[in-house]
Amino acid sequence: MDNIIRVGMADLRSSRHPCILTTLGLGSCVGIALYDTYSKVVGLAHIMLPSSAQSRNKSNVAKFADTAIEKLVEDMVALGANRRHLIAKIAGGAQMFSFEDSSEMMRIGTRNVISTKEKLEELKIPIIAEDTGGNYGRTIELYSSDGSLLVKTIGHGVKII
Amino acid sequence: MFFDINDLNNMHIDVLKEIGNIGAGNAATALAKMLGRKVDMEVPKVRIVEFKDVSDILGGAEMIVVGILLKVYGNIKGNILFILQIDAAHILVNMLLGKPLESKDDFNEIEISALKEIGNILTGSYISALSGLTGLDIKPSVPNLAIDMAGAIISVPAIEFGKIGDNVLYIETEFKEGSNRVIGDFFLIPDIESYEIMLRALGVLG
Repeated sequence: MDNIIRVGMADLRSSRHPCILTTLGLGSCVGIALYDTYSKVVGLAHIMLPSSAQSRNKSNVAKFADTAIEKLVEDMVALGANRRHLIAKIAGGAQMFSFEDSSEMMRIGTRNVISTKEKLEELKIPIIAEDTGGNYGRTIELYSSDGSLLVKTIGHGVKII
Repeated sequence: MFFDINDLNNMHIDVLKEIGNIGAGNAATALAKMLGRKVDMEVPKVRIVEFKDVSDILGGAEMIVVGILLKVYGNIKGNILFILQIDAAHILVNMLLGKPLESKDDFNEIEISALKEIGNILTGSYISALSGLTGLDIKPSVPNLAIDMAGAIISVPAIEFGKIGDNVLYIETEFKEGSNRVIGDFFLIPDIESYEIMLRALGVLG
């Protein structure tokens, strides 16, 4: 049986093969799954906010898309991953509540997705699949065997991307 | 001086607990009126909790819950989130609309409106407790409702608050109507300046 590692909110984990990395109940947060196609080292981050630049408290790097991706890549390289072999899959960034005034807070899911994509682009990590947006939560599982990402929802089906 | 949520001492927390007690009492009365039945409540549990533990309190991040989110305006700003377990939501709606209590069909439009109204009235009870004790003007927005995984719902106010800290005022109230028990989880998430305004208005912050 594979080793299952749970990633909390504003948390990130990485591991060598074999394992399953999972994070539960992504809403506006974004799950960022990285996979080294050769070494099968995997990494998963559950970020809450787009950028560390606007925050007073930056002690937890896993909370922000920009700093979390950097740290995740570093951790994976330390486990034997090669930066050039990394691919990414992302999920989440939903808008759970629809307020009439589309304030900053309510569009946070979209902003998290944009910031995640910008950071991955900057690091030249290709996004090969995504399941983002909508108005529902997602639970994801990342398999080190082949890098597949299982996305589970309530009432919006289950899929593998 | 910059106020830090982590500097809340026991006296501050006791005052916030008192708001929780009065608010829950108001909520039980409001619920009784709405349902036309006698509603009792247990002494509410009031705690300051970290966001990362909130999903566990609610039974796990994947637990399906009804989340009712309101914004508050006026002298203080922030969010209020009221969570009902899906079974509890069914019981309340069935009581309100006179359906058999064990009915668990998917909520229709009228039932969703009823749930919003329940959320409105219950959160209004906590707000009036807070407003009454502090003398502050606090107005709620219209309620917004989502039925989904607890983790996904919690993430909305958690993100808003994540910019400044990781703690939230949590009030768990158990309402009892005959043999029916319904637990409502109430989360008050003011922005950091509002915490300070609240505590000053209560006279516990110099």
